[in-house]
Amino acid sequence: MEALVIALTIFILAIFVGFEVITKVPPLLHTPLMSGANAISGITLVGAIVAAGAEESTLTTILGFIAVFMASVNVVGGFLVTHRMLGMFRKRE
Amino acid sequence: MIENLVDLAYLFSAILFILGLRGLSHPRTALRGNLMGAFGMFLAVVVTLLDQSIVGFYLIIAGLVSGGLVGTLLALRVNLTAMPELVAVFNGFGGGASALIAGAAIEGILLSGTQPDIQITTASTVSMLIGSVTLFGSLVAFGKLRGIVTERPLLIPLRHVVNVILALICLGLVGWLVIDPTAIVALWALGAVAAILGILLVVPIGGADMPVVISLLNSYSGLAAAATGFVLGNNMLIIAGSLVGAAGFILTSLMSRAMNRSLANVLFGGVGAAIASVSESDMVYEGKVKSASVGEVAVLAEDARRVVIVPGYGMAVAQAQYAVRDLTNLLESKGVEVEFAIHPVAGRMPGHMNVLLAEVDISYDKLKEMDEINPSFIQTDLVLVIGANDVVNPMARESDSSIPIAGMPILDVDMARAVVVIKRSLSPGFAGIPNPLFAADNVLMLFGDAKKVAMDLANEIGR
Repeated sequence: MEALVIALTIFILAIFVGFEVITKVPPLLHTPLMSGANAISGITLVGAIVAAGAEESTLTTILGFIAVFMASVNVVGGFLVTHRMLGMFRKRE
Repeated sequence: MIENLVDLAYLFSAILFILGLRGLSHPRTALRGNLMGAFGMFLAVVVTLLDQSIVGFYLIIAGLVSGGLVGTLLALRVNLTAMPELVAVFNGFGGGASALIAGAAIEGILLSGTQPDIQITTASTVSMLIGSVTLFGSLVAFGKLRGIVTERPLLIPLRHVVNVILALICLGLVGWLVIDPTAIVALWALGAVAAILGILLVVPIGGADMPVVISLLNSYSGLAAAATGFVLGNNMLIIAGSLVGAAGFILTSLMSRAMNRSLANVLFGGVGAAIASVSESDMVYEGKVKSASVGEVAVLAEDARRVVIVPGYGMAVAQAQYAVRDLTNLLESKGVEVEFAIHPVAGRMPGHMNVLLAEVDISYDKLKEMDEINPSFIQTDLVLVIGANDVVNPMARESDSSIPIAGMPILDVDMARAVVVIKRSLSPGFAGIPNPLFAADNVLMLFGDAKKVAMDLANEIGR
């Protein structure tokens, strides 16, 4: 129960931090914001790695492997495409 | 000891994610911000590999390498006009991964001979539900954006009833697993029902409402990750997931507001299913529409002191952005001031037009938000509307609720001295209603393909 309360506290506080930080992003950068945030949501990769490596049963290992694959596509693709887009925003004199 | 170090490293990753997102508040710092986020992720992955419960590394490496390769190929090769589809797929994959991990976690706990407690079962049902809805909803959104599934809303009879029944079944399955933590079949059944729900929720939403849907799915993918954090007792997952959940939620509400519609109306209203009849359009247009030639518009543009270009999804479809860039450079070399007016929901995702114009090397300080540029239309000599329709439709100013775009904030292009609308025909935009702007006194229609017309205009002016 104590662990749950701590987890909930972190969850709620992080949402507030998210609101504060993200309301400052201008519409100009909304597409990179979306793809960049999207890449961060691939953090679930961390859970996938443990599931794939713990080798509890064939089923959990297969589930973990698929999850690692999907989350890796999300993470690597997300950060790279954001990088590619942001490199294009230039100011000319 | 090592566990504490791992947790500290996770904390550092979470800080990097927050600082990275903060970097996105300005184009100058954005690139660095994204790199910080990527480094935070790299760190988190490396540290996780030290976890003592990991005994086999081959499959992990195989998954990381193959997934990383596919992600790299997609990120580097996809055309920027297809960015909405790509983000939809990435979103879906993140959500799908969260759902699978929730399943694997419960499976693993049961195999170890213990029973998962109520926090873990509840969190895993949330992760499975949201993750599965995200994956399958995103796949439908992808299909719609690619044109595999029709962009028009598909209205299934009794769809609200079906959705409510499916949602109730989901609730029942959640209850089953919470009461009987060994009933893993309930968790997998939940994933399957949520998949159907995800498909049915997105199928009735029209293409022009995609900016809202993609933002919402983005939010879901974050919440699914946060729920997975509750399952695994991993604080960093909770933090990162809720940051993304907040980001998606903010974008969702910004997009809904930019259309003056509630989220519920976007999700369930089926807007865009009806198209104006020919007679309705005739009444608006008859005898009042003036069409111009490329030569006439070229003269107007050259004589203007200030030109504002309004890009819409049509510009992306016609791949006209390069031609528009050439036209812009040419006009500027003749001393004409050129700016771009970007409506928040122009295109198929938030900020879509900005990315396309940045790609063709248009300076970002020329890309103006709606609120910033609207007061300046009155001092604008010429507006070129390229592939946009509903976002410049003055009918939005009326309060008649039978008009699907009533109350939507629009770009006030009709205030300008002259407006030229580049469009293939007088066909209605996504809202399915005629546009009185086309029949206004100061408006000329220049019929044709956006790319070809922009090229012809540039040739004519360059002569």
